[in-house]
Amino acid sequence: METKKTFSIKGMHCASCVAVLEGSLKQVEGVVEATVNLATEKATVVYDSTKVTDEKLSSAVSNVGYRALIGEEIRTEDEEKKEKERELRDLRNKVFVSLFLGGLILWGSFPGLIKTAPLFLQNFWVQLLLATPVQFWAGFGFYRATISALKHRTANMDTLVTIGTTVAYIYSAFVTLLPQFVVSIGIEPMPYFDTAAIIIGLILLGRYFEAKAKAGTSEAIKKLIGLQAKTARVVRDGKEIDILISEVIIGDSIRVRPGEKIPVDGIIVEGESSIDESMITGESMPTDKTVGDMVVGATMNKTGSFIFKTTKVGQETMLAQIIKLVQEAQGSKAPIQRLADLVSSYFVPVVLMLAIGTFVVWYDFGSTQALTYAILNMVAVLIIACPCAMGLATPTAIMVGTGKGAEHGILIKDAESLETAHKINTIIFDKTGTLTKGEPSVTNVVAFGGEDKDSILHYAAALEKSSEHPVARAIVAFAASLGKLSSHPLDKAIRDKAQADNIELLNVKGFNVIPGKGLEGEIEVDGNLKKYFFGNRALMTEKHIVFDTYEADIQKLEAEGKTVMILVSETGVLGLIAVADTVKESSKGGIEALERMGIETVMITGDNTRTAMAIAQEIGIKRVLAEVLPDQKEAEVRKIQAEGRVVAMVGDGINDAPALAAADVGIAMGSGTDVAIEAADITLINKDLKSVAAAIVLSKKTMRTIRLNLFWAFGYNIILIPVAMGVLYPFFGILLNPIFASVAMATSSISVVANSLLLKRKKII
Amino acid sequence: MSPDKIVVTMVGLSGMAFVFWFFLMKKEKEVQVSGSVDIVVEGGYSPEVISIAKGKTTKINFIRKDPSGCLEEVVLGDFKIRKTLPLNQKVIIELTPQRSGEFVYSCGMGMYHGKIVVK
Repeated sequence: METKKTFSIKGMHCASCVAVLEGSLKQVEGVVEATVNLATEKATVVYDSTKVTDEKLSSAVSNVGYRALIGEEIRTEDEEKKEKERELRDLRNKVFVSLFLGGLILWGSFPGLIKTAPLFLQNFWVQLLLATPVQFWAGFGFYRATISALKHRTANMDTLVTIGTTVAYIYSAFVTLLPQFVVSIGIEPMPYFDTAAIIIGLILLGRYFEAKAKAGTSEAIKKLIGLQAKTARVVRDGKEIDILISEVIIGDSIRVRPGEKIPVDGIIVEGESSIDESMITGESMPTDKTVGDMVVGATMNKTGSFIFKTTKVGQETMLAQIIKLVQEAQGSKAPIQRLADLVSSYFVPVVLMLAIGTFVVWYDFGSTQALTYAILNMVAVLIIACPCAMGLATPTAIMVGTGKGAEHGILIKDAESLETAHKINTIIFDKTGTLTKGEPSVTNVVAFGGEDKDSILHYAAALEKSSEHPVARAIVAFAASLGKLSSHPLDKAIRDKAQADNIELLNVKGFNVIPGKGLEGEIEVDGNLKKYFFGNRALMTEKHIVFDTYEADIQKLEAEGKTVMILVSETGVLGLIAVADTVKESSKGGIEALERMGIETVMITGDNTRTAMAIAQEIGIKRVLAEVLPDQKEAEVRKIQAEGRVVAMVGDGINDAPALAAADVGIAMGSGTDVAIEAADITLINKDLKSVAAAIVLSKKTMRTIRLNLFWAFGYNIILIPVAMGVLYPFFGILLNPIFASVAMATSSISVVANSLLLKRKKII
Repeated sequence: MSPDKIVVTMVGLSGMAFVFWFFLMKKEKEVQVSGSVDIVVEGGYSPEVISIAKGKTTKINFIRKDPSGCLEEVVLGDFKIRKTLPLNQKVIIELTPQRSGEFVYSCGMGMYHGKIVVK
């Protein structure tokens, strides 16, 4: 039998995808026709249903690298939004009808109001008539949820409301139908339709406000998703055409004009501009970018026009990674939630048992009207109990907290990291790239022993060209610029090398990197191979090179916070090259903010103590761990942890991954578009040191909100359930009217959500 | 104590015992899953306990049929997943667990629970 089926396909980006998919689908035995539409990302397949199954179609699609969504209805955000609005409208109507009808019943039955009410409202039959639609139409959702839950032998909020209001309703209906019988057993025939109807109305009202407030907790993620551009202007064959963002591929050239949103990530190849990246990094000042600079999708181009080559599209873009990270964090559970989870899994059955117990005690020991009191107090216990507030206390705060972090360029991996961050009392900063810009430049060249400055640079640069250390780049850059005006062939070679970033300067043989110490190699000078060493003190000591004579020069440069490297040949010390890295503008302020919070700051570096101390002093850090080799950083973190400190390690996330992982909280200063740094618990996209303090403030404020929520949610139930049971009655004559119980219940979960939403207004920077 | 009070006390105590047995003593039936499983979300999760293989990808298809707001989100905290479940719509969650153990998931408010056993 021939069948036609249309289904969505995920992962398509270009016209060639269409051909590949159609070819693959047509190869399935029994498929008569297959058409794939790139714009709608849908496939329509005509096939023999006796031969072809959904699984076969699905695997034909997945075999060529895409994903078929067969049987999954894809609804647009608009449709979902409309459905949500419809649900809310429905809920609002039910609230209005139940409170209106409940109000009429209350008017006709409440002791203080009854005298002012028209006679017909005082009639029990009229009250029954008014209460019935509230009970079974407005309250239908409670019944449906209760029945489905009972099928699973579980109970929830709805179970409590259903039992509570049904007991009040049935008792009242009984009183209305058989008043003589009630009188005959010595009870005044008084119905409580108002209780049942008003409770339903108020609890639905609470749910209405709660649903509205809860939508606010996921606002941050919606905002992030909304940042995504819809189209991109691609330059193809010299023409500029607008295409859907899903059709952009890596390597496309994209034109961005002033005031336009940058669609995906890439590198500028033509033009320059000022770009507002605040939506991603939280940094308010626009950044000037030119050829070779990276641009991030969803950021806003301000003044200039430029063309960039795309490097990341779809799920690989920085925005997509941020969204994924925030979604994951919001889906994770904080350790503090465990208790609430445990309590809520036993809560409703325990409340049901307490309600039964309340009925029995009031019936057995109550004085007059024992049955009435037993029923009313049992209903009050069922209605006052609010497990929802406990369930909402932690996740709503985590959602708002992680969302707020993302707005400020602080990406938190999971709820546990957010929880641990508030306990941090020591922060270790990696120096290069974290406290400093990580872009060192040559500041001094000192030549000894008859060598001139240029030749020192040549030899050093020849050794450094094979190294990836940033100092090497600086030396090559400096050597090239020194030789800028020279016509000497070697200078020209250095210039070319610097431009191409990987040029042969001089022939180096036996090149060797001594980690954390320096370089060694043989350089051919005038046809002769000469051995050279280029590195720090430790290298000199290791190679038994005496450099005491130059110690004063070295110390002078180190005291200025410069890293000094010594160039040595077989004949002795040739000279020094001093390299300095600029301290970030935000470093001092960031450290000050942490000191004010009483957090100890520590700097860790491979530099010698004198250089490290000079930089630490400039920034305001008191404790310095200097001359630490890269593989020793993790051990240093553990040593401080052993002092009983809760340690955060701040680094670039690439070179210091083991130290980040070892710390209680690993904080990575994001570089490039790699925001999801595996070893980090918190990633700061904006590279601003003040964000470290902001992340801790955010954690403290989120935890304070969670604690307040939990205190309120637990305290509310622990105090009010016994009051509803009537424990205060023997001493003070206080009983809780079930209607007031429903007011308290409805407001308790709203207050928890509202308290979490207050986090949005808190200042963290 | 009058006969009616004795009856009420007896019925009450039996009711409490019934509540304890009905809700807190239930035995969970584990359903072994390979490849994919449909979990109907209606007053809880059916099947409530599933067992899946470690290291293999399993598609868990949640289909919410219950309009109760409590169930509109599912949270698999151990896998860092929080998903909204639109009514009567299949929401697929793919899991490739790397460690074995029992992982409890719940609705957004932590009222309803299900369990994934990774073997």
